[in-house]
Amino acid sequence: MIPKPTFEDDLSGLPTHAFGPRSLTWWGIIGFMVIEGTAFALTIAAYFFVMAQERQWAPGQWQPPGLIAGTLFTIILLLSEIPNTMVKKAAEAYDVAKVRSLMPVMVAIGLLLLIIRGFEFNSLHVMWFDSAYGSIIWALLVLHTTHIGTDWFDTIVLWRLMRTPHGESPRRLVDTDENALYWRFVWLSWIPIYLLIYWVPRMFR
Amino acid sequence: MIRRGAFLAGAAAVLSGCNRYQTSLGGEAAESANFLRLFWTFMAVCTLMYVLLVGGMLIALWRSRKAREALVVENGRHHASAPILRPLLIGWAALILVGLSALAIASFVTDRSNAANASHPKLVVTVTANQWWWDVQYSLQGTTTALRTANELHLPVGVPAEVILESNDVIHSLWIPNLAGKQDLIPGRVNDLQLWPKKTGLYRGQCAEFCGLQHAHMALDVTVESKTDFARWLTAQKRPAFAPQGPVETAGYRYVTSRACASCHTVSGTQAGGTVGPDLTHFASRRSIAAGTRPMDRGNLTAWVADPQGLKPGTNMPKIPMRRDEVRAVVAYLERLK
Amino acid sequence: MSSAQKPKPPAEKIARDGPKLTGAKLEARLAETWRTPPGFIGWLSSVDHKDIGRRYIVTALTFLALAGALAIAMRLQLARPESRLISAQRYNEIFTMHGTTMMFLFAVPVMQGMQLYLTPLMIGTRAISFPRLCAFSYWMYLAGGLLLWVAFVMNIGPDIGWFAYPPLSGPQYGIGKRTDIWAQMVTFTEVAALALAVTLTATILKQRAPGMTLARMPLFVWSTLVVSLMVIFSMPSVALASSLLLSDRLVGTQFYNPAERGDALLWQHLFWFFGHPEVYIIFLPATGFISEIVATFTRRPIFAYPIVVLSLVGTGILAFGLWVHHMFATGLPRVGYSFFTSASMSVSIPTGLQLFCWIATMWDGRPQFRVPMLYVIGFVITFVIGGLSGVIIAAVPLDLQVHDTYFIVAHFHYVLIGGAVFPLLGAITYWFPKMTGRMMSETLGKISFWMIFLGFQLAFFPMHISGLMGMPRRVYTYPAGMGLELPNLLSSIGSLVVATAVLLFVANMLLSMRRGQVAEPNPWQAGTLEWAAASPPPAYNFAHIPVVGSRTPLWDAGERWPVVHGLRVDDRELVLTTIITAGPDTREPSAEPSPWPLISAGAVTVMFVSSMFSPWAVAFGTIPVVIALTAWFWPKSPTPSKEPVIE
Ligand code: HEA
Ligand code: HEA
Ligand code: HEC
Ligand code: CUA
Ligand SMILES: [Cu+2]
Repeated sequence: MIPKPTFEDDLSGLPTHAFGPRSLTWWGIIGFMVIEGTAFALTIAAYFFVMAQERQWAPGQWQPPGLIAGTLFTIILLLSEIPNTMVKKAAEAYDVAKVRSLMPVMVAIGLLLLIIRGFEFNSLHVMWFDSAYGSIIWALLVLHTTHIGTDWFDTIVLWRLMRTPHGESPRRLVDTDENALYWRFVWLSWIPIYLLIYWVPRMFR
Repeated sequence: MIRRGAFLAGAAAVLSGCNRYQTSLGGEAAESANFLRLFWTFMAVCTLMYVLLVGGMLIALWRSRKAREALVVENGRHHASAPILRPLLIGWAALILVGLSALAIASFVTDRSNAANASHPKLVVTVTANQWWWDVQYSLQGTTTALRTANELHLPVGVPAEVILESNDVIHSLWIPNLAGKQDLIPGRVNDLQLWPKKTGLYRGQCAEFCGLQHAHMALDVTVESKTDFARWLTAQKRPAFAPQGPVETAGYRYVTSRACASCHTVSGTQAGGTVGPDLTHFASRRSIAAGTRPMDRGNLTAWVADPQGLKPGTNMPKIPMRRDEVRAVVAYLERLK
Repeated sequence: MSSAQKPKPPAEKIARDGPKLTGAKLEARLAETWRTPPGFIGWLSSVDHKDIGRRYIVTALTFLALAGALAIAMRLQLARPESRLISAQRYNEIFTMHGTTMMFLFAVPVMQGMQLYLTPLMIGTRAISFPRLCAFSYWMYLAGGLLLWVAFVMNIGPDIGWFAYPPLSGPQYGIGKRTDIWAQMVTFTEVAALALAVTLTATILKQRAPGMTLARMPLFVWSTLVVSLMVIFSMPSVALASSLLLSDRLVGTQFYNPAERGDALLWQHLFWFFGHPEVYIIFLPATGFISEIVATFTRRPIFAYPIVVLSLVGTGILAFGLWVHHMFATGLPRVGYSFFTSASMSVSIPTGLQLFCWIATMWDGRPQFRVPMLYVIGFVITFVIGGLSGVIIAAVPLDLQVHDTYFIVAHFHYVLIGGAVFPLLGAITYWFPKMTGRMMSETLGKISFWMIFLGFQLAFFPMHISGLMGMPRRVYTYPAGMGLELPNLLSSIGSLVVATAVLLFVANMLLSMRRGQVAEPNPWQAGTLEWAAASPPPAYNFAHIPVVGSRTPLWDAGERWPVVHGLRVDDRELVLTTIITAGPDTREPSAEPSPWPLISAGAVTVMFVSSMFSPWAVAFGTIPVVIALTAWFWPKSPTPSKEPVIE
């Protein structure tokens, strides 16, 4: 039988939230980032698998995708890390006012990116049903677009939430912090995809 | 251990008593003989490890029947574990390593030996899989045309043969256990299988990769024969189809070459030139109907022509409405196609 | 803190557990805070890991019965050659449903359900890390299972085998909706499994009771951690594979179509990159059960704990380097095959060592032959045969003969049933008193054990022989005269014995739930933390969070039961600890019950199912999903609940 409890540490002094690996939310986000990262990695593996079937890449009858939209997208995406870092820092500094003022910027950037993404689809010079080459290029782009889309939507919700009294709660700042972390994943994962969609088909022609 | 022994005895008993035309334990070709040697090597090592492990467990349970200390951990006091366990652990680990290395090496050596068998094929056969039958083509030396048959393979004994494997639809797998292991036939890819039969005999191969509705009825008759028999068979196959004799066969001939049949089947030397179904030129010389579904005899053939879907539900040969006498005529003609 | 909010501490207004609030008074307060609302809606909103875990287990066992009934149907058909009991089409559906249900809807979920139920109890915390995500996971799993089975009953069940190789499953040959349903079911179960894996990982890393360092974690928790990580790294592969298949089928991409430069083997790589780890995802939790059961029933901690942990981790890593051994007959380069042969064989090292450690524990301890222990013994005798036949088929020259024959069917039933189902039945018997508060009948338990054990050998041992004698798998019938009649008849008889025994096991569960002997908190005198909670545990698991000083705290407790205190009792609060040493770190709130996970799962289901009929459904279906998810995460109280700051 269990003996009577002996009371040791009093935990009432512990904080009720923390940033980074000390919080559960962070582990949740990291978990999903690893899952999505694995999915990206496997899609990339599939890309090379399809590529190994071809003598030429992009295969002869298709022009490699046009560079303008994709490159513009990449530049803006990379630059977006500046306001993103500012949001993250502000959240960690409990600066609710600053978070509230910066969130709309991130929302606007997300929207802009989604619009440019539309042009990217238009400049691939191949349709998904044309061949396995077309299919895999589209798959990479669609997969990444869903990440931009979901994070954009998250950011909108969070922005609205931050404007309510809930925004004052430190836990919402932790959420903001993790949302900014996720955005880093979104742009980091874009870099290899950008190369695979736009540059590798130019290098192996 | 008892079970292992019983297995060996049982296996021997069961195997000796029945047909051996489709078994991995036959060893009638270079590769399947290699298989047997390697298999029994593995069985020996595995049985040893099994006996040691399960025997060890039984001893452990037996010896600790007599009650010793009540709880080995009690009130925070841990008793040290028996000193013999540590050296045993190390010994066991070493034994596993040695056992595995031996098995791995044996496996590679066999694999090399199988690969070496492949080096000088004297005969090249292309097998193309279809749902649910095999198209077989012998490349003939000195000509560009190939000899076409279906659902059967004739091989001269002692001659290494290379089988090129292709598929027209889904993935299949060609497996003639008495001769060699299996290889998949994958659309868009070309595989090959090396057969080096060492004993004459009649064998059976079967499709081993699930390929849809009638995967169960996709077999292949294999004949390993002397070189002269093989040469005779080849010459016979090269001839165009026999002409029909008598009014019934002629009626059958007219039906087959002028009606739906001709759009799917080839009977060389006639107008029938379809390639959707098996070549029928020397159909009656085969041992079975519709990829091993039924043995070749008049009853089965009649049933097949009258209603293929009844014999092999889902097959890609449709039921063609025919009168009784038409069926009889067609069967008579088909039987002429030796 | 810089911002304006800095509430004055009304410190002592907040009720906390501690010397002043303990015993029955504390339990009443905690019960109120942690209770699941009553009524049907409350039942649907539950986020208690024990409720969800139990639902997972019961649902999975139902699927076992269904898939088992299909197995019996197959065995009846195969009892005689050229039998006409079941048509080819129906047989193909049946073995597909059997394999798919067993793997995706029974084996993995039942293990995850056990993990979900046990993990928080074993590590001494009050709740799982993301309770609502777990609820969502269960509903997704249920929806996926229903989708498959409703389709089967409506005669549009899949008929392509449990690994659905294209082109047979592609748009050209897999016409109709059968394959789409299979692929969407995979998506459902992957989402469910991944959600649980993330939750369990976070729980294990951050919520262990103070003092439970990694080196003091129960071995079952170790296996859960390893398996959850394996899920995280392997399931995306099948999710990707099935998404590509669906897009080939629904929007005309060409991934697997050789005519447009796609490749059928791409599927096989992606599938088995998941499929091989999957079998260890099923097997490793079972080794966790074994470790716990062996320790309890030999009254000794497992011999060489570090070796067992290393074996788990090692198997988990090696599992990702073996997938090609399912593709030995596809004609890939021979050199590559040699690598996969060696890698496959090397898995025997950790498994062999783990087996040694259990046997050494028996050697050293004093075994008690209760039902769970019998299952352990049955496990060793049976699983090792399957493991060794695994070594046999890891050799390319041997596998080329027996690949896709009943020898393989024998191998994987030996490892799946011997290696996972036996331990599972032992584990159910073992933890039954914890889950229900009553013991299972020992007599009935022993009868069903012996029937399952012997019936199993009768059913599956002859399959080795029929395989070697040339019987391919997935054939709805076989010709007479090849010598296959006897082994098949024996298999069929054996499977009937197994089915009866399983039925008896279930009957034992049902009877014992009503009439079983009432269990105390620790009926087996076990050493791990879950036995410190009441049987069945209250909603909050532990009134006080224990401080752990060893691997077997209950055995080592002596006169002292140290606990921490100072947690709020008016709000759901958890102790988070540091990752390696488990020092108290923060207190975080835990989610309240909510119907939104269920509603979100419903919205996702609508989207997934309708997307099989039109790609546009993805666009329109997203809208309700987004609404439901937003509602889920939006805080419910009008103002944030005030957390007093203690100075
Ligand atoms: C619980 C599930 C489980 C487990 C644990 C295993 C364990 C193993 N499996 Fe199995 N396997 C499956 C489930 C499992 N398998 C399934 C479901 C399939 C078929 C899928 C399908 O096609 O439908 C399959 C198929 C499969 C194949 C493909 C066969 C084919 O399709 O042709 C191969 C090939 O290498 C293989 C190998 C192994 C090996 C080497 C192990 C090893 O991990 C075994 C290790 C254990 C031991 C070896 C025993 C104990 C060790 C000792 C006693 C030490 C001493 C030993 C020696 C020195 C030899 N398995
Ligand atoms: C954990 C996994 C698991 C389990 C437990 C089982 C259990 C069983 N399996 Fe299964 N099996 C697979 C996984 C599993 N199988 C897989 C993955 C395949 C490959 C599929 C494929 O090729 O695609 C397969 C294939 C397979 C085949 C080969 C089919 C073929 O290739 O043509 C056969 C044939 O005998 C078979 C038989 C059995 C039998 C007799 C049992 C018995 O142990 C079952 C025992 C019976 C019960 C557990 C049911 C008891 C209940 C009732 C009788 C009904 C009561 C009903 C209610 C209360 C509602 N299985
Ligand atoms: C639509 C195409 C089609 C038509 C029309 C057709 N067949 Fe067939 N036939 C096939 C296919 C495909 C097979 C292989 C079936 C199988 O084994 O599953 C086959 C098999 C056969 C076989 C067995 C061949 C063997 O190698 O075992 C015979 C004999 C045969 N057909 C005769 C006929 C006759 C006679 C007719 C006309 C009355 C006919 N077929 C019409 C497609 C056709
Ligand atoms: Cu062709 Cu199976
Ligand atoms: Cu495997």
